[in-house]
Amino acid sequence: MVELNRRSFIKCSLAATGGILLPNVLPGESLLGPNADASPLPSPAGLSWVEAKYYKKLEHKEIECELCPRKCKVGDRERGYCGCRENQEGVYYTLVHSYACSANVDPIEKKPLFHFLPGTKAFSIATAGCNMNCKFCQNWEISQVRPEQVRNIYLPPEEVAAYAQQSGSKSIAYTYSEPIVFYEYMLDTAIAGRKKGIKSVVITAGYINHDPWMELIREVDAIKVDFKAFTEKFYEDICHAKLKPVMDALLDLSKSGIWYELVYLVVPTLNDDMKNIREMCKWMVGDLGKDVPLHFTRFHPMYLLKNLPPTPVSSLERAREIALEEGMNFVYVGNVPGHLGEHTYCPECRQIVVGRIGYTITQMNLKNGKCKFCQNPIPGVWS
Amino acid sequence: MPPVGKIRKRSKVVIVKSPNVISPSGKVHRTLLSDMVRSGLCKLTSESRAEDAIRHFFSPQDQVGMKVNCLAGKMASTHPQVALICADLLRDSGIKGKNLVIWDRSERELKEVGFPLNFNGGEFRCFGTDSKGVGYSRNLINHMNIGSLLSRVVDEYTDVQLNLPVLKDHNLSGVTCSLKNFFGAIHNPNKYHDYGCDPFIADLNTLPQIRNQQKLVICDALRVQYNGGPSYHPQWAEYFGGIIISDDPVAVDFVGYQIIDKIRAEHNLPDLEKAGRKPKHIFTSADEKHNLGKAKLEQIDLIEIVL
Ligand code: SF4
Repeated sequence: MVELNRRSFIKCSLAATGGILLPNVLPGESLLGPNADASPLPSPAGLSWVEAKYYKKLEHKEIECELCPRKCKVGDRERGYCGCRENQEGVYYTLVHSYACSANVDPIEKKPLFHFLPGTKAFSIATAGCNMNCKFCQNWEISQVRPEQVRNIYLPPEEVAAYAQQSGSKSIAYTYSEPIVFYEYMLDTAIAGRKKGIKSVVITAGYINHDPWMELIREVDAIKVDFKAFTEKFYEDICHAKLKPVMDALLDLSKSGIWYELVYLVVPTLNDDMKNIREMCKWMVGDLGKDVPLHFTRFHPMYLLKNLPPTPVSSLERAREIALEEGMNFVYVGNVPGHLGEHTYCPECRQIVVGRIGYTITQMNLKNGKCKFCQNPIPGVWS
Repeated sequence: MPPVGKIRKRSKVVIVKSPNVISPSGKVHRTLLSDMVRSGLCKLTSESRAEDAIRHFFSPQDQVGMKVNCLAGKMASTHPQVALICADLLRDSGIKGKNLVIWDRSERELKEVGFPLNFNGGEFRCFGTDSKGVGYSRNLINHMNIGSLLSRVVDEYTDVQLNLPVLKDHNLSGVTCSLKNFFGAIHNPNKYHDYGCDPFIADLNTLPQIRNQQKLVICDALRVQYNGGPSYHPQWAEYFGGIIISDDPVAVDFVGYQIIDKIRAEHNLPDLEKAGRKPKHIFTSADEKHNLGKAKLEQIDLIEIVL
């Protein structure tokens, strides 16, 4: 069995080309018992037992978690829905503070954030757990498991910030699984990053309560929200969650002034009704504004939705057309490398201001945040 | 358990009680408990010897998983003595010790409750899904409302199950007993706590690996947590001194539900339905779609023995 210590984990990982730091999971592999003979992976490190930030104590050692809209009531020795918070003797703990199960250096375009420091690297971390259970999850091997079921590495906030700096990353991204469930770790890391001049970006489904959300918004620099659908039914049946709290979280974002972008994964037959997409775009233009970038991305059969085909590119294109018709200024087609819908076009003169193929920037026609051709300001964080 | 599709007409449940089997300090009288298990099995099968009775459910070539529930610590978990007595009996009936596996989710929890971990055999084996070389199956189950990985104890290490749950109140599902015990066989039980765990518990139990493997339930009701469960609260723990035996897990849970409500009434607590946690999963498990057993008193032959 190959034993890797923390230093070699980081070292091998950073040395890897393409920025990949030891892919965490071969499907199922890290779900073996911690010392499984069959697994070439090292034993997972321990759990963190750091007291959680948002919860209230109830009678008889029960607690109610106040971090996300589920408001799990958790008895002594039990865990909440996300599987990475545990009640012990009436005190609620996060089990994943400083224990990352994934760490990679990614292009920021991969998040995707298209209007935030394009062409830069983001030091990206995740822990196990998620407060939803989307049937199409691409990362279910880490998001739908408990921390002890994956290989973890002790990576405290200051070290994340230091590694981000060493790797030349301009930002730290909290991503892959659902960072809301490693809230305390994310917050402390964002603060540590800021001290070193490293920004923080959050890649989330936005399923969070108002108070922790507002605190997070203050400490980070950009947020990408996966907006799953514009129907309660989809949120309930496919994601085991609710739509309304996510809409509320988006309204909070809109008022806060932080930079944010939206992704809508188009899942054939389930959320690809174009009338509904039009309704959603009307709501976005009216309540969030026409300058929020919206990415329509392609679904690939995964996890519990292997029975559906990949999204036809024509559906993504139609959705994009609708959003543009409704007045949105920056609408993208995602997961289709080389598609013309990957570029950022100036809404004024229609020239390409940022050209992309996949995660690569091919043209940069912005100067001081303005279109080089017509001087129209393009919203975003460009430097 | 009747195989998938086969409908049983009635179910038989035997409750064996003894006021002296557990002392207020929690000490279990092992000989008395053994007599309870043996006489309950004889009554269930109309055999006169417990070794013959247990052969109704298990044969000598079986690899028997004995699923205990030890998540809530020493005071609110399956007593190790229940499992050890069953292991003795299974061995006496001709099953080799190395083919008996006492198991639950984790080594830590088994150890805390006092189960002697042992991977290598002898009188029995005892380990967790998280033990070295075990883990979860790599095949993702996508069955009804369940999307999970199944413990390799069920999938590979054993081929039949003796379910050894503990009877308790549960803050989400109302009752935890036989049916919910198999939440301990999947990697993500916390994902199925919504709506009082219903229909998730019933759905999980229809999984062929569980439905077809589960042969018998011997429920530990020595000390019943009738309120505040599933964790231990001494003020709501009743020294009931019973075990409940049946080959129908739904009927065991239904009878267990009645016991909890009766104890609650004796302590002036509202019944589980009034308390907002009627155990819906028991009735869902009995419906036509799931057909896992009986959840009506008139369909259950209930026999009570006091030793
Ligand atoms: S963060 Fe986790 S424990 Fe808290 S309410 Fe959400 S799912 Fe439940």
